[in-house]
Amino acid sequence: MIQFSEEKLKQVEKIIARYPEGKQKSALLPVLHLAQQEFGGWLSPETMDYVASLLGLLTIEVYEVATFYSMYNLKPVGKYVFEVCQTGPCITRGSDDIIKYIGERLGIKPGETTPDGLFTLKTAECLGACGYAPMMQMGKGYKEHLTKEKVDEIIEECRRSAAINN
Amino acid sequence: MGRKLLLDKVGIVGIRSYDVYRKNGGYSSVEKVLKTMSPDDVTNEVKKSGLRGRGGAGFPTGMKWGFLAKPEGVPRYLVCNADESEPGTFKDRYLMEHIPHLLIEGLIVSSYAVGSNRTYIYIRGEFGWIVDILEQAIAEAKNNGWLGKNILGSGFDCEVYVHPGAGAYICGEETALLESLEGKRGNPRIKPPFPAVKGLYGCPTVVNNVETLSTVVPIINMGGDEYAKYGTGKSTGTKLISACGNINKPGVYEIEMNISVEEFIYSDEYCGGIANGKRLKACVPGGSSVPVLPAYLLLKTAKGETRMMTYESLSDGGFQTGSMLGSGGFIVYDEDQCIVRNTYSFSRFYRHESCGQCSPCREGTFWMEKILWNLEHGKGKMKDIDLLWSVQGNIEGNTICPLGDAAAWPVAAAIRHFRDEFEWHVTHPEEAQRRNYGLAGYAEPLKAGV
Repeated sequence: MIQFSEEKLKQVEKIIARYPEGKQKSALLPVLHLAQQEFGGWLSPETMDYVASLLGLLTIEVYEVATFYSMYNLKPVGKYVFEVCQTGPCITRGSDDIIKYIGERLGIKPGETTPDGLFTLKTAECLGACGYAPMMQMGKGYKEHLTKEKVDEIIEECRRSAAINN
Repeated sequence: MGRKLLLDKVGIVGIRSYDVYRKNGGYSSVEKVLKTMSPDDVTNEVKKSGLRGRGGAGFPTGMKWGFLAKPEGVPRYLVCNADESEPGTFKDRYLMEHIPHLLIEGLIVSSYAVGSNRTYIYIRGEFGWIVDILEQAIAEAKNNGWLGKNILGSGFDCEVYVHPGAGAYICGEETALLESLEGKRGNPRIKPPFPAVKGLYGCPTVVNNVETLSTVVPIINMGGDEYAKYGTGKSTGTKLISACGNINKPGVYEIEMNISVEEFIYSDEYCGGIANGKRLKACVPGGSSVPVLPAYLLLKTAKGETRMMTYESLSDGGFQTGSMLGSGGFIVYDEDQCIVRNTYSFSRFYRHESCGQCSPCREGTFWMEKILWNLEHGKGKMKDIDLLWSVQGNIEGNTICPLGDAAAWPVAAAIRHFRDEFEWHVTHPEEAQRRNYGLAGYAEPLKAGV
C-alpha cells in the first residue's frame, strides 16, 4: 500500500488550494508529477489508483491523463533518465550523433534501461532549447551544448553520485 | 544598437531578484494602472499600441481582451500560455529565466484589465527549474504587496499560480491548454464557443503568451501611442526572435520590427552570419509550423523587395513565395542540411504530438512520417512525392485545431520549393545516404558573408 508522507500530503493540499472549490481535478497533473517523484520515477497502476482516491476521481480519469502526457513514465525507468531532443533544430547541430554516442557508451538503445538500473535513454521531441543544441533533459534540468566529452562527464558524474548514495 | 523594451534590463546584475527589479523601475506600471486608470483604460492603451499576440497567430491583443464576455457574478480568468513547445522557439523561456518579475508585473496589470482575480501560468512541465524561479518571484511580489487582497488599497484582488503541464505540444493551443488546466487530456475544443465566452471552468477567459503579457508593461509605462511608434506598419513594437540552426550566434534577440532579414542573419548584433563559413540554404522564420523558404526568397520577396522582419513582409507572397513571422522561432539551414531529412523530422514531431482526436491529423501525420522516412532512407518512389502532397492537402483545414495545418504547411512548402531535392533522393537512393544534395539553385543571391 503506497501513501504520501505527511509533508507530501500537505503539499497536495496546497496544490488543490490553487484552484477554485470543487475544481480539484485541476490538481491532477501536478499531483501526478509529485507521485512519480515519490514512488520510484514512474506511475504504476497502484500509484495512479492512489492519486485517484486522493483527489476523489475515477481511476479512468487518472489513467487517460497519465497515458496522454509524455512526461509520465508508465514503466520503470533508471535512476537517471537521459531524454535527448531529436527534433529538426537539434539535428542541425548534431543530435543524431549524440544519441548514437550515448547509446554506445551505455550499451542500450533509446527506450531501454541499463541492466544495473542506473540509466534510461529516451529520445524526446522539441524541448525548447534549440539555440543551445544538442541538448537533453535530465531530471528537473537541461544539459545543453552537448559534446561527446560532456556526455562522458555527465555519465561519470551520475555514476559517482550513485556510488556515494548507495 | 536596436531599441529594446523587454530585454533592456536583462544585463543588470541580480535583475531576477525583486529588490533589484524594483530599484530599476519595476512594478511602476502596476502603480500607474491601479492608481490612475480603469480596466477599460488599460485595454484601450493596449489597443492603441497595436500589440499583436506573440505566441504565433499575431492576433491583436487589445481586440482579444475586448471580446471578453462580462456576465454579472461570473468569475473571469486570465491564463498565461507558457507552454512554449514550437520547434525553434525558446524566447519565453529566456524571459522567464532572466527577468521573471517582468512577466509577473505584466500579469497583474493584465489581470486588472480583464478582471481576473485568479490567474494561472500554464508552463510546459519540462521547464521544471523555471517553475521554481516563477514561484519565487510570485512569493516576492506577494510579500511586497503586489499580489493578494486589495492591492495598493485599490480594492483589486489578484493571485497568480503556476501550473505545470506534463509534455504535450498540443497544450499550447489555447483550448487544449484549458482542458489540461482542468486536469484532462489536452484535446482541443470545438469553437465556438471561444474562450472569451466559455473558457476555463466554463467562464470567460483570456489566454495570452508570455511575451505578449510582458510587453504590456512597457506599453503602460510609455503609453500605447508611444509604443506604436516602434516598428513599422502593423508590426508595432519589438519582437523576441529565438535564432537557432547553423548560425554563429544562436540565442534570443529583441529586434525592433524595422530591420531586414539580411541584417538579422548577417549582422554581428544578431546571428553573426552562417557558421563555419558556409552558405545560407534555407530558413524557417517563425517556428517549425511556418513554410520554409529558400535563401533567394528569404532575403528578398518575389517582387524583389527587401524582406523585413515584420508580420507583413515575412508573409508577403502568401504561402507560394512567403512564410510567416509566427512565434519568432528562426531556424537557419546551411548548405550541408538536408531538406528531406528536416521535413521528416518535423513530420515525426507532429505525428508524436497529434492528440488523435481528428482522423485527418491522427492518420495523416502518421502517413506523412512514413512516406518521408522512406524518401529519406532511399526507399522512396517518385509517386510518393505526389502522395505526400495529397496527404498534406487533405489534413489542412480539416481539423478542430491548427495542429493539422501546422503539420501540413512545412511539408507543402518543402515540396513546393525543394521538389528537385525530393526527386534526387528517389533517383539517387544510395548517394542520398552518403552525401547531401547541397545548395543546388537555392543559394543566396548575395555573396556569402555580406
